[in-house]
This record gives sequence, C-alpha cells and structure tokens, in this order.
Amino acid sequence: MNKQEIKEKVISILKKYTRREEVWENFNDNSDILNDLKINSARLVDIILDIEDEFDLEVEDEAMDRIRTINDVVEIIAEKKAEKKD
Amino acid sequence: MHKKRVVITGMGVIAPEAESLQSYDEILRSGRSLIRHVEELEALGFEAQNGAIANPNIDPKNELLRLFEIDLTSDFIKLAVKAAYNAWQDAGLPIPDPDSEEVDYDTGVMIGGVISGIEQLVSKVVPLLEKKRPKRLGSMIVQNTMPSGASAYISSIFALGNHAMSLNSACSTGVDSINWGYHSVASGWAKRMVVGASDAYNPYSWAGFEGMRVLNRSSNDAPEKASRPMSESAKGFVPGSGAGVLILEDLDLARARGARIYAEILGGFSNCGALRGQGSMTFPNREGVIRALKTTFELCEIKPEEIDYINGHLSGTMADPFEVQNWFEAMNMTEKEFPYINSTKSILGHSLGAAGALEIVATVLQLHHGYVHASLNTEDLHPDIEKRIGRDSVPLERIDFPEMRIAAKANFGFGDVNSAIVLRKFEE
Repeated sequence: MNKQEIKEKVISILKKYTRREEVWENFNDNSDILNDLKINSARLVDIILDIEDEFDLEVEDEAMDRIRTINDVVEIIAEKKAEKKD
Repeated sequence: MHKKRVVITGMGVIAPEAESLQSYDEILRSGRSLIRHVEELEALGFEAQNGAIANPNIDPKNELLRLFEIDLTSDFIKLAVKAAYNAWQDAGLPIPDPDSEEVDYDTGVMIGGVISGIEQLVSKVVPLLEKKRPKRLGSMIVQNTMPSGASAYISSIFALGNHAMSLNSACSTGVDSINWGYHSVASGWAKRMVVGASDAYNPYSWAGFEGMRVLNRSSNDAPEKASRPMSESAKGFVPGSGAGVLILEDLDLARARGARIYAEILGGFSNCGALRGQGSMTFPNREGVIRALKTTFELCEIKPEEIDYINGHLSGTMADPFEVQNWFEAMNMTEKEFPYINSTKSILGHSLGAAGALEIVATVLQLHHGYVHASLNTEDLHPDIEKRIGRDSVPLERIDFPEMRIAAKANFGFGDVNSAIVLRKFEE
C-alpha cells in the first residue's frame, strides 16, 4: 500500500468524525486535525481505534501524542506497515 | 412563595411508526396497534416475541444533530434528542447558533430513562473486556451509557444552562420526570424545562422481563392482540420503546413570547408504598396508591368529579383490575359518575421509563383535540372492572369529547412507586 492509498483511507476515517462539510473544501497534508478539521479532541482515541482496525496494526499512546496533522497519521501508518514487513 | 402557573407549549415523540406529533395523533385517533412480531426475540429464545420498536437513527441530513455528534451516541440518547428537537421546534423556540457562547440559564432539562445505554455495554464493553482489552473501548462509552447523557446532549444543542439531570423511578419515570419539571418551573428554579423520558429497544434489557414471566407469551401469531390492558384475557405486558419530550414554561414567559399553549399542569405528586401491606417490589401497596392519587387531587385543588378522563398505567397484567379499583376508591365516585379511562399501552406497548412520557403526550393530545382514544383489546373487559366502573367508561372505539377539561394520569412502578399528574385545558 503506498502513501497515497493510506492517505485516502485516513481521510475516509477522519470524515466520520468531522462535523462540518466545509473543512474539506480547503485542506492539505499539513491540515491540523483539531484546529483545521475541527474534530473534537476526545475523538482522537476513536480515530486511532478505527486506524488500528483498518490497517491491522497497533498505535501506542506515545505515537498518538505525536499526531497533529493528516500527514502525521499517514507517516505513522507507513512506518508501522514497514516494521511489520521486516 | 407564590407558585408559578406552568403550561405545556411544545411536544415531541419518537414512537414506532410515528416520528411526528401529527402521525402520533393519527395513530391514537385510529386506534392502530404498533406492536409487531420481533424476529430477533424469537432467534434469541424468547417465548414472548412481540414488541414495539421505535427507530433511533438520526437523519444524516440533519446537520445540527450531526454537528453535536448525536449519530455517534447510544439509542436512548438518539431517541431523546430526536424527540427534544421536535418538541423544541413545536414550541416555536429558536435554535441557538452552535458557535455562540451564549447560555440560557433559565431553561433546564430532565430526561429520565430506565435502561439507558445498555446496548453499548452488551455490544462493546463485554466483548472487549472478555478479550482483556478495555483500552479499545474508545472515548464515548461513558457519555453514551450514563443516564444523564440524554440531558447532557440536549443541553449542548439548545445551550441550556439551568439544571440538567436524569431521573429513574422504574415505570413511574416518565410521569416523575415531567412532574420534576413542573415543580422546577412552579418554584422558580427554572423558567422553562425540557422534560420527558427515553428507553430504546434492546433484547438484553427485555430479557429480564421474559425471565420474570411478566410478558405476554401467548400471542406471537397475533401481535396486535398481545397488549390487552383491562381485558379478562390479559396475560402480561408487551415491551415497547421510544421517547416523549415536553416543553414546560412559566405562564408569564409563554404569554410574553406568544406561545401556543396545549394545556396547563395543575400539579403532580409521587410516593412509595414502602413494600408494606400487599406491596412488594412488583406489586403496589394499595394504601400507598390511594394516598398518592388523593394527595395529587388535593395539591391540584380539584375535586375528583371534575376529572373527565384518566390515562391509566394499565399495562395488561393481573394488576389492572386492582389499579381500577384503586382509582375508584381514591375518587370516591359511583359507577355512573366514573370518567373515561383508557390505556395507551394497548397501542404502544409498555416502553418502561419512556411509557409515562409518551402517555402524557397522548393525554395532552386527547385533551387538546377533544377525544378519548380506543383502549384496544377490551372486548372482553375484565368482569371486576366492568362491575366497578361499567362498560361505558372504557372506550372500545374512539370517543369524540370536545368538552374534556381535566385529565389525570398515573404510573406505578417496580419498587412500589406511585406517581400522578393532573392536566387542564388552558383557561385564562
């Protein structure tokens, strides 16, 4: 799975938790999940659970704490996927 | 302190096949049973397989409810929020700007319920704990299972800053939640209250009643005949689900904003028979019941003969003839004088905590529009009831009754609790 494919899946998970359609009118890889996509911070936990299910991996709390942007999520998933292959 | 007059200015219900007040009114008028055979109950080994299931799903086009994440909550919260949203709009109240920091500290919310978010415990918490993985529960289990969750979400949507709570008194919950709101407004604690109750369909909660053998197991092939309050052949109640919400207001506030007034609440009262006498966890001490009804009439400053219509608890168990006897004794009237009495549960089944709220909305609709709905399946009225109050008091068909002025409503619940409320058509 390449990063583009990962990103598409991440966005579809994030869309479940965004509450305003307009946040998707103007976004990029560096969009901040809480400030730009206006997702309730409590939902980060649920987003990580959905990612674990979707990509069949585990994200530790330390990794979760590093997440700010869409790109952060994609990078963490790509790293984990690479580790799994090794 | 001078008591404020309290009026009902808005109502909303989510019942099976009825998500608007108008469709609910039409169902009551037509006397159409909402009880269906539930395949899931059969598959799970229930002998009593009928039920009445209200739809908790949120319309994805409702942007406001999506904004407040209602689609991510539990079924009882969804039902309560949908009913509250309808009630708020029915009252003609403006929906606040979600981005505004303004809070309405004069309006509170009290939404009761008996089983809350049990489906979340069954479908999420139990399987994950069995795998020793509680961390995978995510962030919403607590707010989706806490009984005050419905009130919390409703206060967030409408920016309500007076008290926001939940109440549970078993099958008395609906009447008690509305009585609580009445007392809050009458005393000046709040100027407006969003009140009601919600209970969702869930076989894991209904199973307890199957275990007690209090559900009707003999009518799986004829669901519309299964709920038979006051009938000689009543064999237990039929579980239901839904939510009913009312907007109560200080009369001065309602008048100032030109609100439409459905009815006035004259008062309400609750007590407990303390499981003494013939009272037990599941059967009422008749002394407690009679006292609750008499005290309600006294507090409302009405004479029993002024009551035109009674919406009973009447769930379709062996307790119905005793309930009618208790009303009869508390009212101290002759058979000929006894008012109309019906059971909304004959149409909706018994939605536990939500029942009283749905039944009070039904009572107000009948009072407002001037009719008494049919009490279904009373062709074989119990002889003890017929002997006491006569066949004419229990309508087999809808009765048009535009002169109806005062209606009384009571519920009785496990724990020997008794609750009553009296409503009057609005008079200046």
